[in-house]
Amino acid sequence: MAAHLKKRVYEEFTKVVQQQQEEIATKKLRLTKPSKSAALHIDLCKATSPADALQYLLQFARKPVEAESVEGVVRILLEHYYKENDPSVRLKIASLLGLLSKTAGFSPDCIMDDAINILQNEKSHQVLAQLLDTLLAIGTKLPDNQAIQMRLVDVACKHLTDTSHGVRNKCLQLLGNLGSLEKSVTKDAEGLAVRDVQKIIGDYFSDQDPRVRTAAIKAMLQLHERGLKLYQTIYTQACKLLSDDYEQVRSAAVQLIWVVSQLYPESIVPIPSSNEEIRLVDDAFGKICHMVSDSSWVVRVQASKLLGSMEQVSSHFLEQTLDKKLMSDLRRKRTAHERAKELYTSGEFSSGRKWGDDAPKEEVDTGAVNLIESGACGAFVHGLEDEMYEVRIAAVEALCMLAQSSPSFAEKCLDFLVDMFNDEIEEVRLQSIHTMRKISNNITLREDQLDTVLAVLEDSSRDIREALHELLCCTNVSTKEGIHLALVELLKNLTKYPTDKDSIWKCLKFLGSRHPTLVLPLVPELLSTHPFFDTAEPDMDDPAYIAVLVLIFNAAKTCPTMPALFSDHTFRHYAYLRDSLSHLVPALRLPGRKLVSSALSPNIMPHEDPSHQFLQQSLERVYSLQHLDPQGTQELLEFTIRDLQRLGELQSELAGVADFSATYLRCQLLLIKIMEETYKMEFMYSGVENKQVVIIHHMRLQAKALQLIVTARTARGVDPLFGMCEKFLQEVDFFQRCFIADLPHLQDSFVDKLLDLMPRLMTSKPAEVVKILHTMLRQSTFLHLPLPEQIHKASATIIEPAGESDNPLRFTSGLVVALDVDATLEHVQDPQSTVKVQVSYPDGQAQMIHPKPADFRNPGPGRHRLITQVYLSHTAWTEPCQVEVRLLLAYNSSSRIPKSPWIEGGEMSSQVETSIEGTIPFSKSVKVYIMPKPARR
Amino acid sequence: MPEIRVTPLGAGQDVGRSCILVSIAGKNVMLDCGMHMGFSDDRRFPDFSYITRSGRLTDFLDCVIISHFHLDHCGALPYFSEMVGYDGPIYMTQPTQAICPILLEDYRKIAVDKKGEANFFTSQMIKDCMKKVVAVHLHQTVQVDDELEIKAYYAGHVLGAAMFQIKVGSESVVYTGDYNMTPDRHLGAAWIDKCRPNLLITESTYATTIRDSKRCRERDFLKKVHETVERGGKLWARWPGGAARGSSRAGLPPPLQVLIPVFALGRAQELCILLETFWERMDLKAPIYFSTGLTEKANHYYKLFIPWTNQKIRKTFVQRNMFEFKHIKAFDRAFADSPGPMVVFATPGMLHAGQSLQIFRKWAGNEKNMVIMPGYCVQGTVGHKILSGQRKLEMEGRQVLEVKMQVEYMSFSAHADAKGIMQLVGQAEPENVLLVHGEAKKMEFLKQKIEQEFRVSCYMPANGETVTLPTSPSIPVGISLGLLKREMAQGLLPDAKKPRLLHGTLIMKDSNFRLVSSEQALKELGLAEHQLRFTCRVHLHDTRKEQETAVRVYSHLKSVLKDHCVQHLPDGSVTVESILIQAAAHSEDPGTKVLLVSWTYQDEELGSYLTSLLKKGLPQAS
Repeated sequence: MAAHLKKRVYEEFTKVVQQQQEEIATKKLRLTKPSKSAALHIDLCKATSPADALQYLLQFARKPVEAESVEGVVRILLEHYYKENDPSVRLKIASLLGLLSKTAGFSPDCIMDDAINILQNEKSHQVLAQLLDTLLAIGTKLPDNQAIQMRLVDVACKHLTDTSHGVRNKCLQLLGNLGSLEKSVTKDAEGLAVRDVQKIIGDYFSDQDPRVRTAAIKAMLQLHERGLKLYQTIYTQACKLLSDDYEQVRSAAVQLIWVVSQLYPESIVPIPSSNEEIRLVDDAFGKICHMVSDSSWVVRVQASKLLGSMEQVSSHFLEQTLDKKLMSDLRRKRTAHERAKELYTSGEFSSGRKWGDDAPKEEVDTGAVNLIESGACGAFVHGLEDEMYEVRIAAVEALCMLAQSSPSFAEKCLDFLVDMFNDEIEEVRLQSIHTMRKISNNITLREDQLDTVLAVLEDSSRDIREALHELLCCTNVSTKEGIHLALVELLKNLTKYPTDKDSIWKCLKFLGSRHPTLVLPLVPELLSTHPFFDTAEPDMDDPAYIAVLVLIFNAAKTCPTMPALFSDHTFRHYAYLRDSLSHLVPALRLPGRKLVSSALSPNIMPHEDPSHQFLQQSLERVYSLQHLDPQGTQELLEFTIRDLQRLGELQSELAGVADFSATYLRCQLLLIKIMEETYKMEFMYSGVENKQVVIIHHMRLQAKALQLIVTARTARGVDPLFGMCEKFLQEVDFFQRCFIADLPHLQDSFVDKLLDLMPRLMTSKPAEVVKILHTMLRQSTFLHLPLPEQIHKASATIIEPAGESDNPLRFTSGLVVALDVDATLEHVQDPQSTVKVQVSYPDGQAQMIHPKPADFRNPGPGRHRLITQVYLSHTAWTEPCQVEVRLLLAYNSSSRIPKSPWIEGGEMSSQVETSIEGTIPFSKSVKVYIMPKPARR
Repeated sequence: MPEIRVTPLGAGQDVGRSCILVSIAGKNVMLDCGMHMGFSDDRRFPDFSYITRSGRLTDFLDCVIISHFHLDHCGALPYFSEMVGYDGPIYMTQPTQAICPILLEDYRKIAVDKKGEANFFTSQMIKDCMKKVVAVHLHQTVQVDDELEIKAYYAGHVLGAAMFQIKVGSESVVYTGDYNMTPDRHLGAAWIDKCRPNLLITESTYATTIRDSKRCRERDFLKKVHETVERGGKLWARWPGGAARGSSRAGLPPPLQVLIPVFALGRAQELCILLETFWERMDLKAPIYFSTGLTEKANHYYKLFIPWTNQKIRKTFVQRNMFEFKHIKAFDRAFADSPGPMVVFATPGMLHAGQSLQIFRKWAGNEKNMVIMPGYCVQGTVGHKILSGQRKLEMEGRQVLEVKMQVEYMSFSAHADAKGIMQLVGQAEPENVLLVHGEAKKMEFLKQKIEQEFRVSCYMPANGETVTLPTSPSIPVGISLGLLKREMAQGLLPDAKKPRLLHGTLIMKDSNFRLVSSEQALKELGLAEHQLRFTCRVHLHDTRKEQETAVRVYSHLKSVLKDHCVQHLPDGSVTVESILIQAAAHSEDPGTKVLLVSWTYQDEELGSYLTSLLKKGLPQAS
């Protein structure tokens, strides 16, 4: 054996020499850097003890290795490996080999032979496992090489019988990652016996070590992930694993069962101990449901989560999950939910509960009661009552997903969701409210359910209340009493928490517009009108009164008979509110009054819309212009911009498009101000596509050219011009590289011409460059700006501080005062990193504050809510003064650029992405009166 | 035949007076030592004479285990240890150890001071008894002696309730005490690992009930309390139209009070937590009072044993201990007359005496008040009467009390229901199940279900009845590494769970067993190896010479036994592995050849196969 080893070592050594000879060709490259491999070699030779060698290796591993020197390093490591007696050093070398083979740009197939060779002679289990890991790294690096994969799978199969669980684990992992997908390709190719990977892995489902069993299941899942179709026979094997002693095995088995059930949902499986057969997906569903009452919470979470994605389950099974089949003293009992429903339908709801009300009714046949194997029975009831909130959340999520796909189930699970509103953990409550909102299209709340929902309005947590308002916005209520109840509770909420004003108004707006017919009979009562007597005019500033009016006016929008019930002051109040709270109060067709705005029925398609046509026409008119110079052009532009802006004001649907186009035109008009404006366009709108980004960048380039010209005209001396010229040319180059794909669209544009002349520009003097640019700018045409599908302008409104207070905020100078800032943000992408708060003091000093990511809440798609505290501080003032608070949108132009492969790799540092290039103010500033007092001694 | 014997002294087909004797592998353990609520004579305590007949308790019992602090599980403990006389260890969890004496003292006071019983245990006896207690932690394996070990598992039910695993060698019994499989507001759910005991002794209070989701109950409870406390608020007063409406019920809000009589320690805490968190969430201001005394003392310990509570309390106690109630204050008698809404928890739970009855009499007249009964009421008590709808009650002194207040019933119970019991059985995977702490009729149903669904035998002995279970304890045998490795080398297949045959010598020495290879056994015992050879003669009809016969035999065996090493030796004999075959001419009949087959004992299998093969004769030479 020793002789054999020696021979092997010798062989390897000669190989190294050959390798070095080959490397001579690449000498030129290697000369530029100090050879890492050489240094390592010297270090390793110096090492006297294994500990020393280990230290050197650890040190070596800290620094990255360039792709071209990887091979050399690998050779040296291998050479050392053969000589090394200490397993820990060999282990480290093996792991280094794995790391190195992952290096980008290095093809590891050349070290595979060596790796397999050393694997065969290795004795230590740990090193073996590590080597297999290395092979895995190599194998995954070469996904296309069938032969290598086959070989690796062979090696893995050979070591599967190892006594160490670590080695078996790695082998299974290797099989899972590399096991061949298509049998036919390899069958005759290499003469290697085709191995049925699934069969081999399946054999290890019954390994004695739970870690190996887990690894086997994971490997199977990995196969599935790679697109290999698992056999249906695996299902029975996996079912056995569900009763394993170890939680990680059970957890993985649940996943596997889920996978199989998704693959073969319609297959038929027999029910053990009976002659019946059911669909596989139903059977799997029952089994996973059973795992919801497993003894380990990890498994319970896993099972609850997976239940949500089993949509093909028959509704019969699905509904069982909510039914626990109550009994008391062997007599069947109805659940509280059923009783509530019955009370409600029999019309005697709200009668007090009596002793014996829940008395069990009919006798249960003792033989028919099944306490365990009832499959799906009550799975969700258990899940929602679980001890761990993780399980409860998972169960709520699963309920949500299932309810979204099945309306009848949604109806059934309502009671349970409503019950979750009383959970002890806020996260769970919040989650269930959100879930309810998501499925609210499918359901109508009964009055008793609504009652429970509304009870939560008194919750002291703001998040909960707001989530509930959101929920009420999209809830269907069945009766007028329901609406009344909701209104009463919302008003109660308003008195208790006045800060909820906006959210409650908004909620009532939707509540009104969804249920006009239910609001109608309530109107006289709500407005407290009397058939004979005039009643006192309510206070117009009372938020509660406004709330009621918002409800009524929104209901009146689709209910023309309603305004007849209004009294005079109601009309007056309408006019006032329509002006002051136009976003909450819709335009109404009131008798004897002009329409406040043209009633555009919203069902007209946007393309047929005349205003849309108008928009198109005005834009086309502008695009037909050829050059910037003529006076008429500028006028036309100005008019068009004005038109567009007005259009945006009138038509809220088109506001985004109109505003966007107007801004573009303004850019054309004001090329000098372009820098700012382009940045605005790029970062303040969500939904901007690549096409637009190109044009915006193009615009910026033009502006830069223009800037260059202006500087050239005004600046003295040539030196600064040199730098600017070079920078400009760099930017042109950058533009070309970034948007190479879009260049064909930019025919005849500035950049197109610029790139044509690029070689000339490179060699020209600055003065000449300026000249060329000048003419080119004049000749360049407008670029047609394609309108994006969906475009929204980012905007922000500061709700708090309101800026109305006359009482200055007093604090001792040098100390800080916390100012609560509450703002809503619309259509801001990634607000956590982009939105900043700016505080400007009267002395011109300005501070930029970065709010914490946790201060942003996301109440709905495209909307964010910033609730944060800003710390103010200043030296002492003699009298109070105002500071301005506003929100800024920070941007960084390089973050938008589509990633090309060549910048993606390497260290395209994340720092570039987060750094701020500039900011755009996007909210109105609010003035806050402050007064730093001098400190008293 | 080793066996496990179980004899319930109490709680056999009955609720109360839990006391179960278990004999396992020669060790005697007593599980729980409770009193019976229904009796006030000798029957209230278990019949310890069953044991004392044969001698002193201490000599008979190896240890006593108390599952939790309810009196029907620990009430007889001072009587048992001090008056009957037991000096051995008593095991219980730390919360039980802390709270148990409070309850015992309370029990003593009622029995001696109120009912005037003589010959009852004294306070000193309780103290002395508690000195014998050894506290155990959850999942801690306690060695009672060299062989007996016990281990506690979390049981929910009340603070400190535990299930115990009693183990001697490979035999084990699990006793659940009372447990709850659904978590509540202050405790988690019972949990046990797959310990596969020989016997699981489980309570079966709710053997025939499957309970509704606890969330409905909680929600109902909170809604009732909230509505009552909040009623009469001036909701519409914000604008004139509403004000008119509000003024119709103008005037001071009437006193709106909620009385919640509570009994069981543990339920009170759950309801308190429920109300406290609700008050906090809803920002309510109405005061909640808590009757002083027993529950208050116990509450002190609830604050200390946070690790025994549920996830929510454990996670938030760093910010705030949930048992340090903000809204719940101690009750004073004078508060009952003060105006304004309030919620009062008072004892006892069945409204038959004490504080709760006093308050009830004060408040019963107002139809806006409410009483919520959170538990079961015994027939004859005021609680039972009002629950069954009686509106006029006759009090002492011929007074008639008209009950106008609303009466509500809510069931808060902390026992596992039928599904929960089945779930626990499924988790522990026992070989046998034994039901205690339940009614015989209900047990019957559960027994049938357990036998049907788990296919394990289930028992339900009455008090004093003994159940004997034969066990087959496994005996561990040490194997020498050399032998193991040699056997392993013969091929390792993944199905290592299957039994495998291996050859070795079992050495029994000083009550330990070792399996070693035969060579080593010989060496250890100082014996010389004897060879045992079997020899067999096979008659073959063959006229040819011996050598030729041998060659024929050789070629025949070679063709049949492909896997074995068949050799033809120069001396004319044939060997297959170590089996020797010699051919000789028959002394009388030259036409018959005698084949002498000889093999060692180790090769018995191959040798007998070979003989049978040769007996069939050789194939005709072609």
